[in-house]
Amino acid sequence: MIRLENVNKVYRTERVETLALENINLDIAPGEFVSIMGPSGCGKSTLLNLIGLLDAPSSGALALDGAKVATWRDKELARFRNEKLGFVFQSFHLVPDLKVIDNVEIPLLYRAKNGTPRRKAAQLALDRVGLASRVHHFPTQLSGGQQQRVAIARAIVGKPRILLADEPTGNLDSAMGDEIMDILHDLNKKDGTTIVMVTHDDRFARRTDRIVRLFDGRQVA
Amino acid sequence: MLRNYLKVAFKVLRRRKFFTFISLFGITLTLAVLMVATAMLDNSFAAMQPESRFDRVLGVYVIGIYGPTGGTTSPPGYGFLEKYVRGLADAEATSFFTGAPPMVMYHDRQKIETHLRRTDGAYWQILDFKFLEGGPFTEADNQNANHVAVITDDMRERLYGRNVPALGKTFVIDGQRFRVVGVVPAVPITRRVGFSEIWAPLRTAKGSEYQKSMIGNFNAVVMARSKADFPALRREFAQRLTKFEFDDPSPESRVVAGLDTLFEAAARNIIGNQVDTDRPMMLRIVLLAVALLFITLPTVNLVSINLSRIMERASEIGVRKAFGASSRSLVGQFVMENVVLTVIGGAIAFAVATWVLSIISNAQFIPYAIFEVNARIFGYGMLLAAFFGIVSGVYPAWRMSRMHPVNALKGGAQ
Repeated sequence: MIRLENVNKVYRTERVETLALENINLDIAPGEFVSIMGPSGCGKSTLLNLIGLLDAPSSGALALDGAKVATWRDKELARFRNEKLGFVFQSFHLVPDLKVIDNVEIPLLYRAKNGTPRRKAAQLALDRVGLASRVHHFPTQLSGGQQQRVAIARAIVGKPRILLADEPTGNLDSAMGDEIMDILHDLNKKDGTTIVMVTHDDRFARRTDRIVRLFDGRQVA
Repeated sequence: MLRNYLKVAFKVLRRRKFFTFISLFGITLTLAVLMVATAMLDNSFAAMQPESRFDRVLGVYVIGIYGPTGGTTSPPGYGFLEKYVRGLADAEATSFFTGAPPMVMYHDRQKIETHLRRTDGAYWQILDFKFLEGGPFTEADNQNANHVAVITDDMRERLYGRNVPALGKTFVIDGQRFRVVGVVPAVPITRRVGFSEIWAPLRTAKGSEYQKSMIGNFNAVVMARSKADFPALRREFAQRLTKFEFDDPSPESRVVAGLDTLFEAAARNIIGNQVDTDRPMMLRIVLLAVALLFITLPTVNLVSINLSRIMERASEIGVRKAFGASSRSLVGQFVMENVVLTVIGGAIAFAVATWVLSIISNAQFIPYAIFEVNARIFGYGMLLAAFFGIVSGVYPAWRMSRMHPVNALKGGAQ
């Protein structure tokens, strides 16, 4: 499902060259729930961004769902992200001007899907995360846990095969964190969604199938 | 998707009220000024009463006679028109008339400043005046030099009082007594052919010397059966001019005149009669350049405001990219938002322009001109607003769409 071979990521400025990831080799099978752990600045989010096609490796090969993505251009990357990937961010990144239902609809706006089925799919996704009663609220009217659930609904509304979660519990207390983990587990077990999650929290990492550990940009486990 | 774009656009406008106000103020001011200018141009050039048939009318308003030692550019004389304009094959009607210079007359010991135009009978066939009283004088009146006149309702009021019928009444102007045979609504001074306050038969003019002169104070209008006949009319007129008889012929002698629409005539006046290039096109370019220059400042202002909003909306850009928005669709979204802003500005500008024009009309800064914003001007205004929106939106939208998704998401992290 996800394959990285000898992947390096270097950030260059005029003065400094920073090696963010070094020689990463990783295979994630379909339906696997993998967590990525490591200290701050070790390259966890960078790795997730590469898998999510939000950034490109400096060298090495990345294949997603059997497709080599190195030569893809903006339009192809956008389409793949739209159809196959879902993202959950630590700080939710909900659009504050839009109601909950409109936030959840965002991925479907970039598909040839008209209004009614789009709205229906968004309602179902919100049902799935237990927020059916909050569709007409604005993000600022919700708690952190509720906002993250909206973010998950947005991530799954397009039924992606891969869900990438960057510290989804990082801004939540432990009870809310548990709720979010329950939802992610449910998606993984019932829908077979492949999940890659960056986390600092050992407790949550232990609930996943496998832990990938990074240190100073290198894979150590 | 369009609905969603519009929804976001309105919400963004509501969220940043101060920026929205500044943007709308600049847009509204610019577009309102341009709409007022357009309304004034429209009032001068568009076919409207009494020049509503002018979509099939051409005129000779100026001629130039040039030789080795200089030349003259002037309205044509009656002799020129009689010799080179009368009887063009494709003309349905041809009229010769004087300008409408300001005149002073005395009536009941009151000094009245007015304008007098002398015309033939065909003038009243080509122009479509709506008569409030009586009717036009005829070509027979002209040929017989009958001292009859048509006056405007405003002139009627000044001569005889408010709502007093004028038919059959007389007045004296230029030492001649005229009897009123018709009253028409006042015509704006911006209407080149239709304007005057008093119209009298051409042959009542004193003396007959004018009948021979090549240059003078006359104009001609030629009404074609349809606009399609314009090229044939122009060809025949140009052909006739090749046989122009110069007083003092030399190889450098040339006569320059044309059968012009009202806009072409304005272009001939502004660009110059001796300029051989496409004068109407040059005038259009000049007007467009002035409008573009005028629109540049608010455009730069809007571009700058939009650019400053990039960081504010970085998170949203990152999210949209992460969930499948291509750069192209983001450009579309942001341009759409800008177009919404400018179209709102255009709508407000339309209301402001209507108000300003009503003030200008009521104050009568331009005599008898009633400036109105019609569907055509509204259309131009909205087109201008959309153009403005696209121009000021494309660059910021392009910059926004080029943001790296990771940086965008970082920039938007709270």
